[in-house]
Amino acid sequence: MKLFREAIYPLIAVILAFAIGGVIVLIIGDNPFAAFWIFIESSFGSVKGITETLFYATPLIFTGLAVAVAFRCGLLNIGAEGQLYVAAFATAWVGIKFGGTIVNVFGKQEDWSWVSLPAILLIPMCIATAIIVGGLWGAIPGYLKARFGSHEVINTIMLNFIAIALVSYFTQYYYKVPGDPILQTAPIGEAAHIPQLNQFLPFIPETVALNVSFLIAILMCVLVYVFLWKTKWGYELRAVGQNPDAAEYGGISPKKQIVIAMAISGALAGMVAIGEVLGFRHNYYDGFSGSWGFFGIAVALLGRNHPFGVLIAAIFFAMIIRGGLFIDIDTKYITKDLVEVLQAVIILLVASLQKYTK
Amino acid sequence: MEDFLIPISIILFSAIRVATPMIFAALGGLFSERSGVINIALEGLMLAGAFTAAVVTYELSNPYLGFLAALAAGGLVALVFAVAVIKFEADQVVAGVGINFLMLGLPALLSGAIYDASGSTEQIAKEYLLTPWFNNTISPASILAFLLVPVVVYVLYKTPFGLRLRAVGENPEAADAAGVKVLAMRYTGVIMSGVLAAAGGAYLAIGQSSFFTRGMSAGKGFIALAALILAKWRPVPVLLACLFFGFTEAIAIQAQGADFLKNLFGGDVPVQFIEIIPYVLTIIVLAGFIGASRAPKALGIPYRKEK
Repeated sequence: MKLFREAIYPLIAVILAFAIGGVIVLIIGDNPFAAFWIFIESSFGSVKGITETLFYATPLIFTGLAVAVAFRCGLLNIGAEGQLYVAAFATAWVGIKFGGTIVNVFGKQEDWSWVSLPAILLIPMCIATAIIVGGLWGAIPGYLKARFGSHEVINTIMLNFIAIALVSYFTQYYYKVPGDPILQTAPIGEAAHIPQLNQFLPFIPETVALNVSFLIAILMCVLVYVFLWKTKWGYELRAVGQNPDAAEYGGISPKKQIVIAMAISGALAGMVAIGEVLGFRHNYYDGFSGSWGFFGIAVALLGRNHPFGVLIAAIFFAMIIRGGLFIDIDTKYITKDLVEVLQAVIILLVASLQKYTK
Repeated sequence: MEDFLIPISIILFSAIRVATPMIFAALGGLFSERSGVINIALEGLMLAGAFTAAVVTYELSNPYLGFLAALAAGGLVALVFAVAVIKFEADQVVAGVGINFLMLGLPALLSGAIYDASGSTEQIAKEYLLTPWFNNTISPASILAFLLVPVVVYVLYKTPFGLRLRAVGENPEAADAAGVKVLAMRYTGVIMSGVLAAAGGAYLAIGQSSFFTRGMSAGKGFIALAALILAKWRPVPVLLACLFFGFTEAIAIQAQGADFLKNLFGGDVPVQFIEIIPYVLTIIVLAGFIGASRAPKALGIPYRKEK
């Protein structure tokens, strides 16, 4: 019964969103059923489709969890985008500096690294960097709120722009291979690469970049669940989210919890770097995120800020993103911009239905 | 001396050009936030205006009709936002994110369908654009933006409407008790923000550019929001903040290849550092380092009439 109550409004929102999206598709002049069939067919119609969808879902699970944890403490983290950018750059930096990266500068070999560590040391170091740097960037607005009372929403928006500008600066001026027309860093050392799942599971096509980070994402869903509902820290964090005054009366410091929640949130967002930098691109690529930080808000909302809800919602949105790639090609007028429209309508509907769930 | 003066005047006019859409959007945001509704949808509302202005101007070959149509579109999208946050009491920030996504996707989707060009509208012929007056220096839109400031000051501080608007943003219960229709005032504030932000967007499409492209506001709605906060929600400081941000961006634009700036900074000017000035300043101001930052008291809190 409780599960039904939790699931019913997200379901209504999704159905309504597809109805509204369908009307838009109809007005534009395509067949909505054919368009929506493309979503399902392309994401779940084959092994390749399913595994690609899970690959797209991975960053959304991390950012969805990030937004959900902050929300459980009564905070809205719309800074996941900035957090994942600084984390990704820092991770790539460690992968270059400690990974023995040798760069070809106009035909001359240059060693850009300090040292070449083995995978067993380098990979944990890179993962720790993603978590710590994302966590620190997330803790800034937490600290600003706790210390000065300034609103985390405005600060996270501002920090997004600052993060993106800063990493683009360092990439452009210090870590880009000279002559490379693309704004990206030099590649990380091979010892920092994490395996793609097709190396163990031969049924996954070689072109699918689904990697170990997906398993880490699932693990994080479980860990976040345990943390929030089975530990004292999680209890304190949620207590502040439900009623900061009552929590303080009960001996919990809301200020401390705000900083902790934002740090955890940032760390989760930063973990996007594991899959993207270590598992897929193997460098920092400017503008690599497909607005995943903002998608995380939709994922958390639709998943009712519950880790397992987040998992389902992330796969759902991954399906839409994956389908968007094909909708461009397979319909007459509709473009992949339909993805954002559907996402927007879902956000507006879930937010509007929120008051009926209480 | 001569080659020092020329860049200064170039930067000045460039600053006014860059500041114009932000002045519209920030003044719009002021009406919404003064009534108690956080408006991070300014970015999306600008895009609604930009798209509509580009399409209508292209189809009717008249920039003034395009501009007016943009105002209507901005008001309409703002109404959707208002219904979500006022009637349904949706979280204002979350709904704002939703509107921003909607206006990233929908115009691109529609332009793809109308013009079969991915995410862009057709190029508008030069004679139908909102061209600058006075020897090609200042756009009528910039003049309108500047003239709007005293109008907003008058409306906000000297009219009963302004008093009521501010009252529902500060203390809606008291305003309600005094007979002010709180929700109606908030609808008005939000719709005005849509109309004004769309004016800024229209200028981007048919003043600075000659067509619409996906996401062409490129964060200007958020800089407008930053200006609004920096100005502590007051109209004249909003103008100054927008001009200041316009000035920094104008420098960033001129920085590539301007020798005198290279001399001034002793080398290449990293554009990124100039770009982040508005955002860093906003964080500092919010933290209260430059005088206490005081937002409207009821900002972000839905109002429900006591039964």
